[in-house]
Amino acid sequence: MVSFFDIINVGLFAATLRMATPLIFASLGGIFSERAGIINIALEGMMLTGAFAGAFVTYSVGNPWLGVFSAILAGGLLGLVHGIITIKFAGDQIVSGTGINIFALGFTAYMSQIVWGSRGGSGPIPQGLGTVSIPFLADIPLIGEVIGKQTLLVYIALIAVIASYLILFKTPWGIRVRAVGEHPGAADTTGVKVYRTKYFCVIASGMLAGLGGAFLSLGHVNLFRNGMTAGRGFIALAAMILGGWSPFGALGSSLFFGFADALQIRLQSIGSLPSQIVLTLPYILTIIVLAVFARRRIAPSDYKPYEKE
Amino acid sequence: MIEKSEIVNRIKRFFSNAFPKAIVLLRNSLPQIIAVLFALLVGAIVLAATGHSPIEAYGAVLAGAFGDIYGIGQTFTQATPIIFTALAFLFAFKCGLFNIGAEGQLLMGGLTAALVGISTTSLPIFVHLPLALIAGAAGGALWGFFPAVLKAKLGANEVITTLMLSYVAVGITSYMVAYPIKAPGMVPQTVPIANSAELPGILPPTQLSASFIIALISAGIVAYLLERTIIGYEIRAIGLNTKAAESGGIDIKKGIILALVISGALAGLGGAGEILGVHHRFIDGFSPGYGWDGLAVALIGGLNPYGAILAAVFIGALRSGGQAMSRSTGVPLDIVFVLQALVILFVAAPRLIKYLLKRGGYKW
Repeated sequence: MVSFFDIINVGLFAATLRMATPLIFASLGGIFSERAGIINIALEGMMLTGAFAGAFVTYSVGNPWLGVFSAILAGGLLGLVHGIITIKFAGDQIVSGTGINIFALGFTAYMSQIVWGSRGGSGPIPQGLGTVSIPFLADIPLIGEVIGKQTLLVYIALIAVIASYLILFKTPWGIRVRAVGEHPGAADTTGVKVYRTKYFCVIASGMLAGLGGAFLSLGHVNLFRNGMTAGRGFIALAAMILGGWSPFGALGSSLFFGFADALQIRLQSIGSLPSQIVLTLPYILTIIVLAVFARRRIAPSDYKPYEKE
Repeated sequence: MIEKSEIVNRIKRFFSNAFPKAIVLLRNSLPQIIAVLFALLVGAIVLAATGHSPIEAYGAVLAGAFGDIYGIGQTFTQATPIIFTALAFLFAFKCGLFNIGAEGQLLMGGLTAALVGISTTSLPIFVHLPLALIAGAAGGALWGFFPAVLKAKLGANEVITTLMLSYVAVGITSYMVAYPIKAPGMVPQTVPIANSAELPGILPPTQLSASFIIALISAGIVAYLLERTIIGYEIRAIGLNTKAAESGGIDIKKGIILALVISGALAGLGGAGEILGVHHRFIDGFSPGYGWDGLAVALIGGLNPYGAILAAVFIGALRSGGQAMSRSTGVPLDIVFVLQALVILFVAAPRLIKYLLKRGGYKW
């Protein structure tokens, strides 16, 4: 008989924080892009490409931080592509995003066969990021076990939330970003460089998503698996909406979805329920949460391409 | 009684109309054709950069897709489910909805069709087969209905809900064929469906089944629904301008629900066609991503039902030729996905194509 405490315990909350980390990065990415008026449903593909780039570079060079750097670069590059199509050429944001998602799925599977000779992905990559122990914090009972000893990227994600909040809501540049999303025409007349701001945001969005991907392949399981993001980019979008397009809101909802993911993994390892059904838990929760909160969240932009007079 | 000169006149009129029409069609599809060419160009760069010969690879695709009767049969077999998912995508798109969950709707349709197919052997084919097809459409329609209601009643973004439901469909179908309706043996699949539920082959000895014909008919029905019926007009009006449609007295919620339900039914029918016509049982993971293919095909086909058929044959050829290429040259089949994605990216921005042509010195 599986007892309640085999499922709900300190380990589960530590796992929640781990599973929330890629969602935090990606949903912050979504916020930057959408605040500047560009829908980015390509988060999924940017994460996947980041996961691949991180694993590939770490595998070839042996330094996981170089892998993380490449993941950021790869995500940023796809962000630039999304930007060129939707800003310069006023292309449909959702079509472009979908194109990038399919590209990422095909390209990483293709490259995985070129690099590792297997469509499934890489073998284990020995040089993962490993965990760090925060002095004092790690020694506190319970809390220490949850947040005291994690991969450095987990802490970077938490710092990124605070930094994003400060940038978007406490700096003049952040005001400009939000103005570009809410009313690009007005922003333009006050001298804000609308296009440049949009490009910056969509590239930053890709970089953050790429970083989230790197966490998946280097901080979580230490290997690249075909399609390993498994819809997390879209769950991050849901987290962004649920969090009202604000960094702390996104943190809260990412933790919620991270909990669902951690619970799902825990239930699978216990094995008393069929894994195929348990796997659907985070997706069903995402749908329910979206359905309940959709009407109460107002998007920060109408996402129309901006045409200079 | 029609006079001879009248018949001649009619024939003359037909051709004098058909010819400009063909030219107009060609001109309208120019952006798509150029997008395909650009995608092939970028794909060639990817191939060359990873140590493969693009000419050899593309040549192998062409030979594999159209070289013999098996290749041709395989091309159209691969095109068939993609026509359905493309119709599904474009039907919802006309209503301004982005249904990226055709994969899940196809899987659910395949499952319900299989359930009807394996449930009895005592029905005659003209009852059993239509029942199985209807069950497939209903399964897909149900998977379109959930996101439709969530969108219409609660405003939940269908881009996210349809995709999430796809993952749920993968879970449900995998579970079903792994436990409750699993056939004895190692493979997660059902027992074969009854003969009376099988769609007949139409190009023996290849796998091409009557599902292809149903796909063509479906394209005609979709075109008719969208262009010639009130509900089609309402759906297009919602897609063009929701606010104007609403003030014009159109029931937006009804339109959204109907559009996604029909969209799901089309994808479900595609899944049923695969199960009843090709595999003759539900095998876990039988779809290599037909939902995503459909999205690409709908866009390449200019969001036109007949354009979707042509584009699906193109992607089908890439798929069947790609398999041959993969065998003979060792190039991973996934290059086909890369090509598809590149076409979507070029189609996404018509101005990008104009810009590139201008840079190359061509006038539009």
